[in-house]
Amino acid sequence: MAIILPEDPTPIAKVPSTENKTGGWRTFRPIIHYDKCIRCYICWKFCPDAAIHFAPPDAHPSPKEALAKFDTVEINYDYCKGCGICANECPVNAIELVLEEAGGEEE
Amino acid sequence: MHRLTIPEEEYMLSGHTACLGCGATIAMRYVLKALGKRTILSIPACCWAVIPGVYPHRNLEVPLLYTAFEVTGAAISGIREALDVMGKEDVNVVGFAGDGGTADIGLQALSAAAERGHNVFYIMYDNEAYMNTGIQRSGSTPMGAWTTTTPGGKKRMYKWEPKKSVAEIMVAHNIPYVATATIAYPEDMISKLRRAKEMKGPKFIQILSPCPTGWRYPPDKTVEVSRLAVQTNVFPLYEVVNGKYRITIKPKNPKPVKDYLMMQGRFRHLTEEEIARIQKHIDENWKALLKKERCSQED
Ligand SMILES: Cc1ncc(C[n+]2csc(CCOP(=O)(O)OP(=O)(O)O)c2C)c(N)n1
Ligand code: SF4
Ligand code: SF4
Ligand SMILES: [Mg+2]
Repeated sequence: MAIILPEDPTPIAKVPSTENKTGGWRTFRPIIHYDKCIRCYICWKFCPDAAIHFAPPDAHPSPKEALAKFDTVEINYDYCKGCGICANECPVNAIELVLEEAGGEEE
Repeated sequence: MHRLTIPEEEYMLSGHTACLGCGATIAMRYVLKALGKRTILSIPACCWAVIPGVYPHRNLEVPLLYTAFEVTGAAISGIREALDVMGKEDVNVVGFAGDGGTADIGLQALSAAAERGHNVFYIMYDNEAYMNTGIQRSGSTPMGAWTTTTPGGKKRMYKWEPKKSVAEIMVAHNIPYVATATIAYPEDMISKLRRAKEMKGPKFIQILSPCPTGWRYPPDKTVEVSRLAVQTNVFPLYEVVNGKYRITIKPKNPKPVKDYLMMQGRFRHLTEEEIARIQKHIDENWKALLKKERCSQED
């Protein structure tokens, strides 16, 4: 039987897993209510899918003048699986989980 | 501008295939944040062998050598010695294995690596069962837990043997650094990894990594369950530096173990007497740990 080798037989896995859009797994969509977010980054810290990133301070309104100089956070819905850890850990309950069908294209 | 309490660099990418709310992925994320780019990993058969996705996908921004279930200790020994011969002594060599691969099948390879004294890290990510193959009990499964091989029903065959303490087994190897950590306390975990990085020789860290699928709790509670494990003294956070114990987080008023147990479906069947028995076991372990801290700190 002929052994078919790949064109480039290397043990090095070259394709980043970011090709894999795990957002399609989601049942619940976490939505950040920026009028509550105190920019503490706790959600960023605990996300198991590294799906929360920083955005410039003025990307979203801030609830307090003193917070306006800090970066804000955004959820990357291409990868967020909707586990809800961010919503559970947010100290000011700024993240709401909504059923994906109901969540629509708000963000 | 953003002020953070843990490093910003990400070496674990999005798009991995772990279950939602997986504690083991949070553990990996922090381990790589602490150790940085100059790290080589070896992973045996376990959930983390599947999480990065199938070839040619990669999920981690560091080299990763897959190895057989029982030989993580041997794999990291070899990588270390080869790197040293090449003069690459500043590269961290890390074994990252599950509790089955550490407490059970991989124990002798780990013991041998520790005894030979290689300059390596061994991380046991402890989700307290063989999760990748469908929640079978391991030596690290705690007392009273349901698993698919310790089922319920009329005979009530839940696991009643106490959890094997791999951290203590590693202390008995007289290696420079042993610690426990869990994902709800990332700053604690990262400072331990950094302390370990400063030391030469074998370094062992056991990371309690809650698993929503196997522990039967909703995925949003992963960090909460991890925090409760510490606040109830079920999983104390400590380090042993050259034989000296130091408990890094001491709960002021420990919560009842029942709070931790009742959050998880794997303990739902427990009766009040059984819960009291587990509470007693946890209290005894905690007292013993306090004694070890006191005695080892005395000169
Ligand atoms: C020698 C051998 N026996 C059995 C298996 C099947 N197997 C693959 S992963 C696994 C369970 C691993 O459990 P653990 O180390 O706790 O890691 P987890 O899956 O929980 O992350 C088993 C039994 C194997 N790959 N090799
Ligand atoms: S945890 Fe809550 S308050 Fe903190 S940054 Fe995230 S959304 Fe904002
Ligand atoms: S729901 Fe889970 S995956 Fe999505 S952003 Fe929050 S923590 Fe990350
Ligand atoms: Mg396991």
